[in-house]
Amino acid sequence: MSASLATVSYIGATILFILSLGGLSNQETSLRGNLYGMIGMTLAVLATVFGPQVSAAGLPWIIGAMLIGASIGLYAARTVQMTQMPELVALMHSMVGLAAMLVGFATYIDPEAVKGFTGAAKSIHEMEIYIGILIGAVTFSGSIIAFGKLSGRIGGNPLLLPGRHWLNLVGLLVVIYFGREFLHAETLSAGMTPLIVMTVIALLFGIHMVMAIGGADMPVVVSMLNSYSGWAAAATGFMLSNDLLIVTGALVGSSGAILSYIMCKAMARSFISVIAGGFGTTSAAPKPAGGAAQPAGEVIPVNATETAELLREAKSVVIVPGYGMAVAQAQHTVFEITKHLRGKGVNVRFGIHPVAGRMPGHMNVLLAEAKVPYDIVFEMDELNDDFPKTDVVMVIGANDIVNPGAQDDPSSPIAGMPVLEVWKAKTSIVMKRSMASGYAGVDNPLFYKENNRMLFGDAKKMLDEVLTALRA
Amino acid sequence: MQTGVSTGSAQRIGVPREIFPGEKRVATVPEVVEKLIKLGFKVAVESGAGDLANFSDETYRAAGAEIIEGAAALWAASDIVFKVRGPTADEVALIHEGQTLISFIWPAQNPELMQQLTARKATVLAIDALPRMLSRAQKMDALTSQAGVAGYRAVIEAANAFGRFFNGQITAAGKVPPAKVFIAGAGVAGLAAIGTAAGLGAIVRANDTRAEVSDQVTSLGGEFVKVDYEEEGGGGGGYAKVMSEGFQQAQREMYAKQAREVDIIITTALIPGKPAPKLITAEMVKSMKPGSVIVDMAAEQGGNCELTEPGQAVVKHGVTIVGYTDLVSRLSKQSSTLYATNLFRLTEELCKTKDGIVNVNMEDDAIRGLTVTKEGSITWPPPAPKLPAAPAAAAPKAATAPAAKKAQGHGAASEPMAGNKLAIMFGVAAVLFWLIGANAPKEFLSHFTVFVLACFVGYMVVWNVKPALHTPLMSVTNAISSIIAIGALVQISPIAGAVDRPDDLIRWVAGAGIVLTAINMFGGFAVTQRMLAMFRK
Repeated sequence: MSASLATVSYIGATILFILSLGGLSNQETSLRGNLYGMIGMTLAVLATVFGPQVSAAGLPWIIGAMLIGASIGLYAARTVQMTQMPELVALMHSMVGLAAMLVGFATYIDPEAVKGFTGAAKSIHEMEIYIGILIGAVTFSGSIIAFGKLSGRIGGNPLLLPGRHWLNLVGLLVVIYFGREFLHAETLSAGMTPLIVMTVIALLFGIHMVMAIGGADMPVVVSMLNSYSGWAAAATGFMLSNDLLIVTGALVGSSGAILSYIMCKAMARSFISVIAGGFGTTSAAPKPAGGAAQPAGEVIPVNATETAELLREAKSVVIVPGYGMAVAQAQHTVFEITKHLRGKGVNVRFGIHPVAGRMPGHMNVLLAEAKVPYDIVFEMDELNDDFPKTDVVMVIGANDIVNPGAQDDPSSPIAGMPVLEVWKAKTSIVMKRSMASGYAGVDNPLFYKENNRMLFGDAKKMLDEVLTALRA
Repeated sequence: MQTGVSTGSAQRIGVPREIFPGEKRVATVPEVVEKLIKLGFKVAVESGAGDLANFSDETYRAAGAEIIEGAAALWAASDIVFKVRGPTADEVALIHEGQTLISFIWPAQNPELMQQLTARKATVLAIDALPRMLSRAQKMDALTSQAGVAGYRAVIEAANAFGRFFNGQITAAGKVPPAKVFIAGAGVAGLAAIGTAAGLGAIVRANDTRAEVSDQVTSLGGEFVKVDYEEEGGGGGGYAKVMSEGFQQAQREMYAKQAREVDIIITTALIPGKPAPKLITAEMVKSMKPGSVIVDMAAEQGGNCELTEPGQAVVKHGVTIVGYTDLVSRLSKQSSTLYATNLFRLTEELCKTKDGIVNVNMEDDAIRGLTVTKEGSITWPPPAPKLPAAPAAAAPKAATAPAAKKAQGHGAASEPMAGNKLAIMFGVAAVLFWLIGANAPKEFLSHFTVFVLACFVGYMVVWNVKPALHTPLMSVTNAISSIIAIGALVQISPIAGAVDRPDDLIRWVAGAGIVLTAINMFGGFAVTQRMLAMFRK
């Protein structure tokens, strides 16, 4: 295959990738979008393998490596639980990061790659390697920590080292200093030391960054890492002078950046403050002082039978799922209840907050898995006006996203965050394991409202009881 | 602190038959009897007590109550007596020392009764003296539950006396306009009436001197009619106060206008301890359309309408004026059930230990407020609970002020900020571009062009993605980012290898890269496929 043919194939692959992302704009075209992505990837890989840069001697290696990777990947894709999607995605990000690092190192030690570069071009090429490895390393270690946090192997609480901003700043300065050293290195081995020092610092930085972020900010982190993995690919593209890599990396990078932006907006927080980490830590001090914010009133507990009673008498029901539903694996029971109620002519809908769960769109996937039709699943903005006309709202394992304090209490750490206005419904039922506050560590005045009922217990167990009571 | 004869063992709750003329309610119902027994009490019901509310002696017995013949025997055998109406002179005579009585008392209006109760050395809890602003007390609030029943019944009485449909209809025989209902006073009874009338399909308007209830009116499907005059009407404790002359003038004009327009007026205006305000004059009644209906829920306190005759329905100037004072008794099964539940909730509070013995804990705000005489001494009125006045007055103000301020502050502060940010961003971008343009070689610039344009394409495409598909989007972009495999592929065995190339090392490193990206590539697309296939209509 000639070089021109390979380039044309790359253009084809680029177009297919753009169409793939475009196809995901709604459910009808999404499967086609995914197919475009697969075709594009096949095209790109084949064009490279049979292109001018790979000799036949490498084929066994490539096929062997591909087979190993493919079998692991397909196995993981088959067996993963939908509730574990955030972990899987984070783990996959880490692989992109690690691959970018490896490719960077391989490029550096490959004399073939630097052949023909002189002067500014050589410096730029080395800078590209340096930055590529930097981004790859941050993505890798950050994603590993995110994976650990999401799968519960590492505690969800933010780890806040004293003077953590200074630590990061010092790290950055050291990285810049070694960058200079690296560019001025005469030989391969002289350049290796700064490169390795930088990689270690970048790895530590990635760990530190994600460790400092609380569990509720995970959707931002996951989408941010998604963005990083894209930038890592783009940096590799610069390094190898490969436009396909640059374009694809930029597409993925900007898509992740947009998702991060949407998530931040949904939490009324700036991107910087999420990255700086420690949700609620800055506002923890004034909170006890503002004693007026303490919600007054009484919590009214109900049992599953009473909940079923309320649901049975309702004409319009909205279900607001949160991370608690995912943890309890309750989505199938939720759907059974939905089916039962809809069969009785009750208008059941779902209200999804943008940051419900641990990654963007997490709840939608879980509900889809339980076979909830997507045309009864609504966004926050689509439903908020309808709550006054709703008889019963069931909040399943969610807390901060239904906290009226975000609107009423300017001193609340989550003030200004858009929330689902469930308290405007005639009755709201909150299912929770206990009275503990959410990830934001904020008490929820909703629980004390007179039209609110609390159903304490494990979401799955309680919903099963509700379902039994409904069928009785 | 135990009261009663059978100290130590379970106490007996007695429920006598109501003897007030026209009173059909009963203080407990079989369903609640079971719950009281679960709390550890014994329950005795006077034979025939529930007859008028459609609860037979049999059903009480089935629920576990004993049936006692005759009021005297019942009072003598009971440690605690549940009643609806305050005791008559005859009943007071039956009270024995140490007995606890729970019923409506109205201590302010009945000083003599209070004296008599004190003389009997009984403990009396007046359910009407409940501190209503205590949110914990709402489940025991019998005034609210009974007023809700009355409000419902008032609409039913109005519908009964009214010669037309409530809802508008278009029938084969022609068009029927909906009835217009005006409700004066949006307290509990008023709100229940609004909900009921709106449920029947009428056009409902309502007014109240307390402007803060307008939201509640709207939420029940009514329209809030404002009086064109500025004055705050909250009198504390959830009741209205007497308004100034200027306000009353404006209010009268508004009522006169409504009277000319609507078909049905339901009045619920009460001021505690005072005769009901006269809202509807004879003139206004005359101005109403013939066949219109007025239901005066304040008839017992003299009525809100000048022409009301308490206890009766009369037709004057072609308008039916319903002045029944027993609206609640006309729905005795419902009102009894609610009242019984209120008393059960109170009993729960009195008997937290669930051992069938009440403990009148004077430290508890709610119970302190309810207790009007305790073991022979008057404990009414309770020391002023500050709660009712303060939150009612301060809360709405406090809530609106910061909200308004915040809304302003946002608009004013954030927009120039955004402008500044934008300018800074453009500035930084310009400097960066200049630096790149000044230093970078041509080769780099062509890649850079591709990179910047691709960022914008990504932005445009991804912006349209539905939030519901964010997870598949992430997994597909993740799969696509394994395009980095190409980087590893070209390194594994280049066609024109350099002489001193460490081939093996690079091959292993690149091979590892291919494995990693292949996991991602296949896994990412496969899991996306799996997810997307689950979305269905």
